[in-house]
Amino acid sequence: MIRHLISAADLSREEALLILDTAGELAQMADRPIRKLPTLRGRTVVNLFYEDSTRTRISFEAAAKRLSADVINFSAKGSSVAKGESLKDTALTLEAMGADAVVIRHPASGAPHRLAGWVRGSVLNAGDGTHEHPTQALLDAYTMRSRLGRLEGLRVTIVGDVLHSRVARSNVLLLHTLGAEVTLVAPPTLLPVAVGGWPCEVSYDLDAELPKSDVIMMLRVQAERMNAAYFPTVREYSRRYGLDGDRMGTLPEHAIVMHPGPMNRGVEIAASVADSARSTIVEQVANGVSIRMAVLYLMLGGAEATA
Amino acid sequence: MPVLHPGGGTDTGPAAESRPPAGQPRTTLPADGKIVLGGDEIRRALTRVAHEILERTDGAADVILLGIPTRGVPLARRLAARLTQVEGRTAPFGSLDITMYRDDLRLRPARALGHTDVPASGIDGKIVVLVDDVLYSGRTVRAALDALGDLGRPRAVQLAVLVDRGHRELPIRADYVGKNLPTSQREMVQVLLTEVDGQDAVVLGEGGQQEAGQTRAGHTGAGHAASAHPTADHTAADHTAADHTGGGQ
Repeated sequence: MIRHLISAADLSREEALLILDTAGELAQMADRPIRKLPTLRGRTVVNLFYEDSTRTRISFEAAAKRLSADVINFSAKGSSVAKGESLKDTALTLEAMGADAVVIRHPASGAPHRLAGWVRGSVLNAGDGTHEHPTQALLDAYTMRSRLGRLEGLRVTIVGDVLHSRVARSNVLLLHTLGAEVTLVAPPTLLPVAVGGWPCEVSYDLDAELPKSDVIMMLRVQAERMNAAYFPTVREYSRRYGLDGDRMGTLPEHAIVMHPGPMNRGVEIAASVADSARSTIVEQVANGVSIRMAVLYLMLGGAEATA
Repeated sequence: MPVLHPGGGTDTGPAAESRPPAGQPRTTLPADGKIVLGGDEIRRALTRVAHEILERTDGAADVILLGIPTRGVPLARRLAARLTQVEGRTAPFGSLDITMYRDDLRLRPARALGHTDVPASGIDGKIVVLVDDVLYSGRTVRAALDALGDLGRPRAVQLAVLVDRGHRELPIRADYVGKNLPTSQREMVQVLLTEVDGQDAVVLGEGGQQEAGQTRAGHTGAGHAASAHPTADHTAADHTAADHTGGGQ
């Protein structure tokens, strides 16, 4: 298995499918009386979070604990980072404590990549700036496969703030690897300049894409990362790119609605859509634990991957 | 970047009972392999084991057969069919993957998981008969006992194997044995089953294991090589092939 998981592009098709299959077996555990496996006993996983997160941190923590690993939670608030410690010094401290894996979320794109050069353990990217969030893409792919039965040839439409979305980038890369066809829909101001080089289609017209989509994934408008006016008003954005009940009605019968969370109800997604039977939003959270267990098991469960 | 061994690879040597990549047929027969049990003999052995299970469990009323992937699963299914035939009552069966409970996970790259499928009635208060193809070091069975403990509390656990080849490393014995097959550790025993491999046979091989063992030991890394005995194992041949394909480390 790969040593670090920094980008969804690190995964070959075989590796990605192995993770999805492993997660499928591990998902069964949720129904058992004892939801714990002894597999990572004695291993230490550090959650290094420089950015706020609820579901991802808790998800990684639950995954590591269900595999019997020891979990150390580190958040930038209330640590020496607040006193000015650099990422490298923090990394060396973790190294000295013997972390087998570091799960990192950081506001700077590329921070996990730098970290991987400083520590001996595995590095798992849990979201870096506007770059990538590979385990989210894996759990999204898992959710699509379990709902629709396949990934090959699936038409996936990702809508919204692609520019600031690490989820969108990781999903495009992973879904391309797995044979799905991705279309990005966003106002031109919310698409990255280099989107032409991504393995996907681009459209500005949501209504035209809806009837041909098997999956529609709504992205959150990331107001906290916006340092300029990307669209005139929230209301106008919502009218043109939000998914409401009427728009959902134009989707094919079998299509599902996804959202990586946290949602802004009433902006990119209407409450009635988020709570509908087509929505997989709660399922995605449950699947996240299985996917992260699979990744931790495959990266830490075997012999050291170093030569 | 180090390469993954898809399919998980198998293990050789007494350090653990070997287990082929899930669901993959055994295509590599030992070069000078000798068939010690043919299809008819396997059929008769399973019929006898089924009768023994009925005798020892008073008609198998509370019995659940759990096969250990890969080849324990079709064996459990066959035994269940025989119990049903003789007693006229359906015998529940399932599979129990033990990968996450192995004691040698750290010796090999992470391997793919098998499927666990326990009958809906659960195992509490039942007599669980674990079913596997070959009993060797006993470590797989130890792992299976741990896995069972996390699923519930059976009234009793028994063990049925098609072949017992000796060389136990743990205080474990089988309750039902299809065939006792005295072997040396240098030999390898392969069980082929129609459901997985296209034919039924138990093959005893002699050649090349020493080399296979050395290949593996060298591959596992210096730290573990020392503990790898001159090895013999019923999938050493598969295993060597896997090592070569994954040798990019």
